Amino acid sequence: MPQTKLDELSDQQKVKFYQKGTFTVGNRLVDPDKRDVQASQDRSNAITSGHRACQGCGEALGARFALDAAMRAADSKVIAVNATGCLEVFSTPYPETSWQLPWMHSLFGNAPAVATGVQAAMRAKGREDVRAIAQGGDGGTTDIGFGCLSGMFERNDDVLYICYDNEAYMNTGVQRSSATPPTARTATTPAVGDAPGNVFGTGKNVPLIALAHNIPYVATASVSNLHDLEAKVQKAMSLRGARYLHIFVPCPLGWGSAAEDTIKVARLASECGLFPLWEGELGVVTGSDPIRKKVPVEDYLKTQKRFAHLFKPERDEERLAALQRMADHNIERFDLLREDKEPAI
Amino acid sequence: MLKQIEGSRAVAEAVALCRPEVICAYPITPQTHIVEACGEFVKTGQLQNCEYVNVESEFAALSVAIGASAAGARTYTATASQGLLFMAEAVYNASGLGLPIVMTLGNRAIGAPINIWNDHSDAMSMRDAGWIMLFAETNQEALDLHIQAFRLAEQLSCPIMVCMDGFILTHAYERLEIPDQAAVDAFLPPFVPRQALDPADPYSIGAMVGPEAFTEVRYLAHDKQLQALEVIPEIHQSFKEQFGRESGGLFHTYQVEGAATVVVTMGSLAGTLKDAVDELAQEGPQVGVISLSCYRPFPRTELRHALEHARRVIVVEKAVAPGAGGVVSMDLRMALQGVDCYVKTVIAGLGGRPVTSPSLQSMLRRALKGELADLHFLDLNRGMVDRELARQRRGIATGPVAENLLKDAATHGAD
Ligand SMILES: Cc1ncc(C[n+]2csc(CCOP(=O)(O)OP(=O)(O)O)c2C)c(N)n1
Ligand code: SF4
Ligand SMILES: [Mg+2]
Repeated sequence: MPQTKLDELSDQQKVKFYQKGTFTVGNRLVDPDKRDVQASQDRSNAITSGHRACQGCGEALGARFALDAAMRAADSKVIAVNATGCLEVFSTPYPETSWQLPWMHSLFGNAPAVATGVQAAMRAKGREDVRAIAQGGDGGTTDIGFGCLSGMFERNDDVLYICYDNEAYMNTGVQRSSATPPTARTATTPAVGDAPGNVFGTGKNVPLIALAHNIPYVATASVSNLHDLEAKVQKAMSLRGARYLHIFVPCPLGWGSAAEDTIKVARLASECGLFPLWEGELGVVTGSDPIRKKVPVEDYLKTQKRFAHLFKPERDEERLAALQRMADHNIERFDLLREDKEPAI
Repeated sequence: MLKQIEGSRAVAEAVALCRPEVICAYPITPQTHIVEACGEFVKTGQLQNCEYVNVESEFAALSVAIGASAAGARTYTATASQGLLFMAEAVYNASGLGLPIVMTLGNRAIGAPINIWNDHSDAMSMRDAGWIMLFAETNQEALDLHIQAFRLAEQLSCPIMVCMDGFILTHAYERLEIPDQAAVDAFLPPFVPRQALDPADPYSIGAMVGPEAFTEVRYLAHDKQLQALEVIPEIHQSFKEQFGRESGGLFHTYQVEGAATVVVTMGSLAGTLKDAVDELAQEGPQVGVISLSCYRPFPRTELRHALEHARRVIVVEKAVAPGAGGVVSMDLRMALQGVDCYVKTVIAGLGGRPVTSPSLQSMLRRALKGELADLHFLDLNRGMVDRELARQRRGIATGPVAENLLKDAATHGAD
């Protein structure tokens, strides 16, 4: 195969090899073909170092893992389309770019449609080996880009859409989105008045809405379980048609959590039941990641200043109980406390 | 081949002859017949190697086009009116990214009040979006302009809107010359993109640009339009050589030489105007007609040259800028700075009101006598307007204007 610009770039990157945290040391113990993409020297570094994300940014981490896994699955033949948002802004400050793959930013609300266009072009050219990925934040996905997303699903266009859910409009300074949890403080749901923070709405569970489109694959994932995240990307890339991956990515700046706690915060979100990890195919939930050690929601909430008003000046028992009910409902719905608690590597 | 054919279908045939690789469609009157025919051509195999994407909105239509074009595919879409506004953000995006998408605009009024009939307010709403904007005078020209548009768009890496009057052109059946595939292939080379999303050579497209280079990016967009002023006449010439007929160019002139009074217009109105000035010439001086086929870039120097000897320029336009006047007139006044003539604006044909030769003739008679106001609304029903103004003077909560006028028309007749 001829040496491409991409090969050259990844050659240059090979020297950079970081030791990873405790949970991935175990890599050496698993079968070589099940090892993390990130643990390999020839990972593609789709989003390379030098970008401007905040310290501890879950979105930067999630994007790197997801895209490197996708690149491996598609033999590096991936085109990424990005919605406006933190990921877009911190990765491409003029005149620099972090992207080592063909990448395009068009608008805030149209990434799914632009990716459909990319995919249609590839099909017309007989280049179906080149895969299209669209990605955006929760605002770009669950709010302004929702129409385009649903259209892309319904047509079953051959696009993998990845939502990086940090539960608010971070790029514009932490405003509420339809993915912001009830009670959370944002710049547009301030922690003042009788019911400080975000309202209790009905919720908008976009992974379940995606599932209701009967598309080939839907999954939720989290930066707390990067191995699972990679496996889900790989699974998604092994299928054709519309696929949706919703990744939980804490935002230390917007959530008021410690930069070094990103993984911990994400893990607590899943272990308390507020962010269940599950996957589904063709309209049916096919699996979920059982909770290993159940914790009450407040263990999770207490890690973040956006929920501080639930505990101070006095405990807001009523709303804490309501949040616990949300978590318990998820646990029941996805059967997260069942007996087979072995993580499915 | 000569064919008795509807304007929309003829445009679809022309588009198919240009071998687009991706077509995005969302229906809106009066554009529907164009995208329906395109879909049919893809399904029957008349148009091969083409993906036809039925999208969920115009915003998605142009967004899909943006993705396809950025990935190096020749891309086409069509819309009108509300659809163009619904895709507004993507309209600016496509030109900002320099993507050579060709889009037909079946010109239609913008609501409220909702109105499906022809005028140019949709096109005018996007006049500064950085697209090249061409206007067809006839269906033959509409067909021909699409073939030219792909070549022009791809040569300059700039999107193009081909405007054709809704219903008046889109739904009119006429005998048209449909070129053969070999001739179109000879005229239109395969698309070689300036930039393309390609895993073998990865670019980042659409990155943020701050104050340090934004002015330069915009200047280059302006410069591209100026280049178009040179390329359009070249393509016009080469089209004439290939197909043996005149279509496109910057503008068409009719009896302008030596005329002290010249009417400037765009689109299908030119035909009626030529008839009107011809009839008028039997009783008075010959009035000239210029119809712009290229509105953006605005051919300032060329128009100035063509209108050098005119003393009265009357712009008949199918859109109004409320509180300001006529949009094309404003552009033209800029072009004619220093030329010893006045420019009057006539707003005509809004929301599909027929623009008739007798109306135009009586307007021109007044113009020739120097009696035309600077801003004149052709065939305005003054009584209807005055009665509504009187109602509004009597009280604040007078109800919806559109409904009042409809009631008024029912009682007083349309006068
Ligand atoms: C049409 C439009 N509306 C609003 C904006 C402003 N805007 C840019 S990014 C952004 C927030 C992005 O939030 P999200 O999608 O959740 O991504 P995050 O930054 O949180 O990763 C907003 C509101 C815009 N660029 N375009
Ligand atoms: S604001 Fe949040 S999402 Fe944005 S870069 Fe910082 S940590 Fe990441
Ligand atoms: Mg967000």
